[in-house]
Order: sequence, then structure tokens, then C-alpha cells
Amino acid sequence: MRPLTEDETKVFFEKLTKYIGKNVLHLVDRSDETYYFRLHNEKVYYVSDSMLRQAVSIGRDQLASLGVCFGKFTKSKKFKLHITALDYLAQYAKYKLWIKPNGEGSFLYGNHVLKAHIGRITEDTPEHQGVIIYSMSDIPLGFGVTARSTVEIRKLKPTDIVAFHQADIGEYLREQDTLF
Amino acid sequence: MDTQDLQVVQQRIQETIEVLNDFNKLGDKERGRSSYVEQLIKDMAIYYGYSEFLLEKLFYLFSVSEVAYKAVEFFESNEISRPITIRTNTLRTRRRDLAQSLINKGTTLEPIGKWTKVGLTVFDSSVPIGATPEYLAGHYMLQSASSFLPVMALAPQENEKILDMAAAPGGKTTYMAALMKNTGLIFANDANKERIKSLVSNIHRLGVKNTVVCNYDGREFPTVMGGFDRVLLDAPCSGTGVISKDPSVKINKTYKDFILLSHLQKELILSAIDSVDAKSSTGGYIVYSTCSVTVDENEDVVNYALKKRPNVKLVQTGLDFGQEGFTKYRGKIFHPSLKLTRRYYPHVHNMDGFFVSKFKKFSNHYTRTNKDDIIVDNDNFEDNSSQNDIHFNDEEDQKYIEASLNKSLKRKGFKIQKDNSKSQESKKQRLKAGVSNN
Repeated sequence: MRPLTEDETKVFFEKLTKYIGKNVLHLVDRSDETYYFRLHNEKVYYVSDSMLRQAVSIGRDQLASLGVCFGKFTKSKKFKLHITALDYLAQYAKYKLWIKPNGEGSFLYGNHVLKAHIGRITEDTPEHQGVIIYSMSDIPLGFGVTARSTVEIRKLKPTDIVAFHQADIGEYLREQDTLF
Repeated sequence: MDTQDLQVVQQRIQETIEVLNDFNKLGDKERGRSSYVEQLIKDMAIYYGYSEFLLEKLFYLFSVSEVAYKAVEFFESNEISRPITIRTNTLRTRRRDLAQSLINKGTTLEPIGKWTKVGLTVFDSSVPIGATPEYLAGHYMLQSASSFLPVMALAPQENEKILDMAAAPGGKTTYMAALMKNTGLIFANDANKERIKSLVSNIHRLGVKNTVVCNYDGREFPTVMGGFDRVLLDAPCSGTGVISKDPSVKINKTYKDFILLSHLQKELILSAIDSVDAKSSTGGYIVYSTCSVTVDENEDVVNYALKKRPNVKLVQTGLDFGQEGFTKYRGKIFHPSLKLTRRYYPHVHNMDGFFVSKFKKFSNHYTRTNKDDIIVDNDNFEDNSSQNDIHFNDEEDQKYIEASLNKSLKRKGFKIQKDNSKSQESKKQRLKAGVSNN
């Protein structure tokens, strides 16, 4: 377990900013307790100060996880956000997309979001913007990247892709062996 | 064995039970009561498909007067599966809201019972209950009713530091986190690396943020870290309480398995006790539980812990139902406080067979007052009693002490005259004084 290097921090925060914009500051600057991002086994964990102090007594090989996992660095040093970060992403989301009950299943199996499935979307969402995807009852289901801006979406056919799938909560079942 | 034979066996079971119930009138005195019981055990092993060894072990859990009827009820209930139960994750939602949204999806459910505010029993569902969007969003956990009990007994408080020694797949860990409202710190440990994955997955899915997951053998624990406010040990066990879930237990558990398991459990419970800080202002509690109903894995282990660690005592579990633990069983006599432990049976409580006990640690130090207090068990492979008797024999060691003293004098540059014992003596005395001054 170690703090992120400068390069890693840059890559990591760039990715986070795509989804929650300037709200990244709220993650680092908290009023209740100091929180840190720590790298362990190529995964990035969001850990409180008090937890970090205690967790140092756990050996490196035995430590499996601590706090909340945000994602991992790939072999090519890119950062991949995991579904486990959804809690914080949903809390600070800037652009949101709601899907109708008939589209929930399809998205939870890892498919892209089609126009026919959209219930609502944040006004003036730009193209290629990270969005958090909710069900109509406001349960966060995952996140993705918009394929078109809100204005252009209106012109699309119902079967056209509106947002590209990045991660969904179905992965807790599908990817349990590889993700954790 | 075809069905006709089974019918014959079943009939014989019925008859034997009737005879045993009114032995004075119906029994054949020359044959003797014990031979009837033997016959019954053999027949039941065939009828229910158990190994004879295990059936006998379970058979004697029930008091002799009513043994036959109760035992039959017990074995019958192992053939029926328990209802599916779920636990609301109060970190994410409320039970009322969860029930509403699941009913809208076409399930029928109702609260488990008065004793829990978060449990729901699912009777019937048109959708897979383990793959609904609510499940994936962490609004509930599929969890048997019996596994609520140890956490309720532990009663974790906010801002405490807690250890779960055998945590996977995380049903109890996440329940603790929910009771603590995500404050404090939980160490979730499991010895099995494969099961760690499901543990981490469940912790994240249910939005638990105060947990460190580690992969140690539970027996290493006071060395890795100690000073916990509370420790939960849901020990690995033979699973004789969950035969309805995993019928392979019926035949694959042998005498040796029970010896090995209870040995491991005894080691784990001592580690658990040693990991707790008795001076904790809010806690100092240990909960030991298993999903097994046999006495060797439960009362026997608890009794062993009481003997080995005089600084703990049993306390009320805080669970208002369940049967009292045994204080004596087939010639073994346990500490009277064992009646504070609780047993749960499938045929009585309609949940998996289970055992819960709660300890309070009242001191971090203890002394063994006299040797009689420590009764060395046959199951106990190490012999601790001789350790107390080791001391130095100064008279015999005198020549070694002198030799080493001379050596050290030589090193410092003093000349030692071997023959002149008088001057050597005085010199030594002088030096001794010098050493003690230093």
C-alpha cells in the first residue's frame, strides 16, 4: 500500500473529473475526517485517516481490501473505474440519465443504453460526457459515456445508442471472480 | 434399497418408538431397552440416509424420555428446505420500502418474526430473488434467519473496533456495519482466499465503508492485531445444523472430522478471547457461534474456553428465544453457566440449526491459582501444566555460574589463580560488588 505517484494521481483525477467534475474536491477535502487515496495491488482505495493507521499492521499479502475500491490501473497505466465507486460517483454526479423499467434488465446485462429506454436525462449534457445511470426509482445502476449530446438525442431513432456502457451493478454477479 | 424395504424399515421405526415410549408395558424385558434403541438408530440411519455414526451423535441430543419423537421430528425437518429469508440493508433503504418494491415485482413476503426488524421471509417469487435490481443495488442480502442471531448477540455499538474472524461471504459483517451505521472499524478476516472475493464483493455492494478485509488464519490473530472492542467468531463447523441445505454432511463426516474441527474451534476461540480488550469502555465481548448442533463443537468448546481462560465469563446472549445449552451431556458435566448459551433447531424454530454463546472478558490478565483448576483434556494435544513447574536449581548450577564468571573476568583482563581459592574468593566478591554497583 502506498500513496499515488504524481503521474498516477493525474491520470486518476482526470478520469474522476469526467464523471463528477469539480466535485472531486469534496472527496479530498472533507469536513469530518481526512481521507486518502491509496494504491494496493494496482487498485485504488479511498481510506479514512483512522482506518489507514490501523490497516498498516495488516501484511501486504494478507490485505485484501480496505475502505472503498475506486478502480484499478491497467497494465498500460490507464485507470479503469470500477462499479464499486458508484456510491461516491452517484453522490456527486453532475450529469444523470434515468432509464425506464423495460431498459433496466438490458443495461444490467452489460448492454449500451438505447434511446427507447431513456426516461429522463440532464439538460444540456454534452457529447462524450461521463453520466451516472439511474433507474426511474432513483436507484443508481451504473455509469457510462454519452454518445450524443442531449439536443442531438432528440433526432435519433429509438434503436440508436445514446450512452456507452462503462460499468453496471450487474457486475457484482457477473464479474465477481475477476473484479475482486 | 427399493421402496418396499424402506416401508418395512419405516414401519419398524414406528413400532420401536411406540415400544420405547411405554417400555414397561410393551417392551421385551429380556431384550432390554438399549437393544431397542440400537435397532432404532440403525433403522433411522437407513431410512434418512445418514452414516450410523452421525445419526447416533445427533440422536442423543434429545433428552431420553422424549428422544424418539423429537429425533424423528428433527430428522424429518432436515429433509425439508427452510424458507428463503432476506435481510434489509439499513444503510441503503428501509424494510417497508424494500418490501413494497419487491411486492411490486411479484413476490409474496412477510416479516420473519417479532424478534427482528430487518428480516423478511420470501414465500414465492416470480423473479429470481438473487438478481433483482434492488439486490444488485445492495438493498438487501440473502441470508438465513439463523445468521442474524450472532450479530444481534454481539450487539456492536457505533465507533467500536470489531473483528469478524471467519467473515465470508459477509452476511454477518455487513449486518454489523449496518448496526454501526458505517462508523468505527471492522476487520473482516477469512482464511480462504477464494471466499475473500465474495466477501469483498458483498461489502462493496451493500455500501459498507468501514471495513478492512484480510486473509489470515484466524489462529494468528492476537499477534496480527489485538485490542478489539468485540470479536465475532462464527467458527468453521461440520454443518449439522444445515443438513437441509447440504445433505452431503449426512455421510461424509467421520469421527476424525469432528476431532479435527473441535480442535480447530478450541484454538480459534482462545485466539478470539485473547484479541479482545477487556478495558474497552463499551465492549469487551466475544460471541462464539456455529451452524452445527453437536455438543463437541459447541458446549464442549465453550467449556474448554472457560477452563483455559479464567478471565472470561458467559453472559446472557440478549436473544429472547431458543433453547438453553446443555450443562451435562452423556456423562460430561459442563460449567453451570452454560445454560446462558442458546441452541436453535430446525424442527422447533423453523430456521437452520444453530448455537450462540456470548462471553464477557473482565480482565486482560489472569493467574492460574492452583494446578487443580486446569484440567487437561484428552482432546488437548499440548500439555501446559508442566510449564508452571520450571525453575532454576541454584545449588547444582553453582559450578556453571562460577565458570562463566571466571570466563568473563578473563575477558576483562584479570588473572585467575586456580589454586589460591582464598584470594580468588575475595576477588570475586569484590567484583560481584562492582557488578551490582553497575
